[in-house]
Amino acid sequence: MTNKLIAAGFGGQGMMLLGQLIAYAGMLEGKHVTWLPSYGPEMRGGTANCTVIVSDKPIGSPVVATPTEVIAMNIPSMLKFSPALVENGKLFLNSSMIDREPPRTDLEIIKVPANEIADELGNLMVANIIMLGAYIKKTGILSQDSIKSALEHKLMRKKKELLELDIKAFERGTALL
Amino acid sequence: MAEKVLVKGNEALGEAAIRAGCRYYFGYPITPQSELTEYMSRRLPEVGGVFLQAESEVSVVNMLYGASCMGVRVMTSTSSPGFSLMQEGISYMAGAELPAVFINVVRGGPGLGDIQPAQGDYLQATKGGGHGDYRLIVLGPSTIQEAIELVMLAFDLADEYRTPVEVLADGMIGQMMEPVEFPEMRSLDTLPEKPWALTGAKGRKPNKITSFDLDPYKLEEMNLRYEATRKRIIANEQRWEEENIEGADILVAAYGTVGRIMKTVMEMARERGIKVGLFRPITLWPFPYKRLEELSKGVDTVFTVEMSGGQMLEDVKLAVKDNAKTPFYGRMGGVVPTPEEILDQIESLVKGSENR
Repeated sequence: MTNKLIAAGFGGQGMMLLGQLIAYAGMLEGKHVTWLPSYGPEMRGGTANCTVIVSDKPIGSPVVATPTEVIAMNIPSMLKFSPALVENGKLFLNSSMIDREPPRTDLEIIKVPANEIADELGNLMVANIIMLGAYIKKTGILSQDSIKSALEHKLMRKKKELLELDIKAFERGTALL
Repeated sequence: MAEKVLVKGNEALGEAAIRAGCRYYFGYPITPQSELTEYMSRRLPEVGGVFLQAESEVSVVNMLYGASCMGVRVMTSTSSPGFSLMQEGISYMAGAELPAVFINVVRGGPGLGDIQPAQGDYLQATKGGGHGDYRLIVLGPSTIQEAIELVMLAFDLADEYRTPVEVLADGMIGQMMEPVEFPEMRSLDTLPEKPWALTGAKGRKPNKITSFDLDPYKLEEMNLRYEATRKRIIANEQRWEEENIEGADILVAAYGTVGRIMKTVMEMARERGIKVGLFRPITLWPFPYKRLEELSKGVDTVFTVEMSGGQMLEDVKLAVKDNAKTPFYGRMGGVVPTPEEILDQIESLVKGSENR
């Protein structure tokens, strides 16, 4: 089993972190993982994406032309990456910011109002973690506990309230589906 | 074995150097390797080492020259244009037989280029980017785990042969993350003795380290000594990986990041009924000519794939001679080929030779 995800959004929407959490959780479960960021002369408000592969087998190319899943946090990301998806691939859309349909009809579309829920939780910054919850619940590629461990690891040096908020956001995401 | 950690390539390269006993790092930030410089600035003080950011790469290489004279393990890291700036000093270090490790996280070129992964610095690395008769040992990692191992090896080879060694990575290896295991921290007491080093001549004859002699006969003697070292390196240090060779329809030669992408291509090709063999040089200098020559006698085609306009291709042709055809496919400017596009090339090559 090999899952190939491209997660894309504006810089600052937390797609790099989302990808790293999946990669870290995958490692905890003994899977092979790679995380490859887009990097360029980019800044907050520009576009950013990363490619994450989680596999039972050693991973050759960390570059992916045809992802099995795409997470799009905004319209430009949806337009750029949904054409690359495999046939019947899963497209996760941040419906708070994407008000239109993708240019393909074969895809399985999962709409997640990530910004709205984040607003309800009182912090727009956790929109990515809500999306992560939906992704993990829908694909089932990793256990929710592994993701929570990854969150703990990643936020080790930060405030405890932040971790609690992230866990809550993650659970809201999983509860959507 | 140690537990696995998820690290970025650049940070892994830095940690590997520290575990190999490197305590002196001089550098100047440049994308896509700046995390390595940053990592060393944080990590070296923790282990009692020295991190120094110089005002330019020209200063960096001369700081390395000075520190290496003291007999300590020294390193710098940079990316393509920065490495070009270091060439004069590297030539001097080769002449003075000074061990040091240079990590080049290659980006698109020539000139300022861009900051995406490329392999366009192969010829500079393997044929001597500076002046004079010298070669660097050049190691080409294809995964982060291998990069860790090769950085450790680079320090050992540098000391053993008294030569600068280059680790030729690229932006992909620098920027990506994957789980790795680090070897134990090497104790500084176990590092090789360097009786030639400038450590204060109290109680012994002074040592002299120089890269030149104005008397041509004496300079030629020095050159002959370098030559003898080169022959020992060629005899002892060729490394490569070969996979799926037996009964292969086509043999692909690729190194570094492309060597890794080829693993996926081979699997996809198998599903389409094509058996692809892989020859992946790990030492780019000394290039494993002899082994590739042997392998080329068993196939119709040795197909070279690079993120360059065809640089390693020259070494492949030297090895293969007339034994097989040597087509080439490359992407440049920082474009990383996808497995799909390489497979398309392979498919048309294999079909082409069946139709002959």
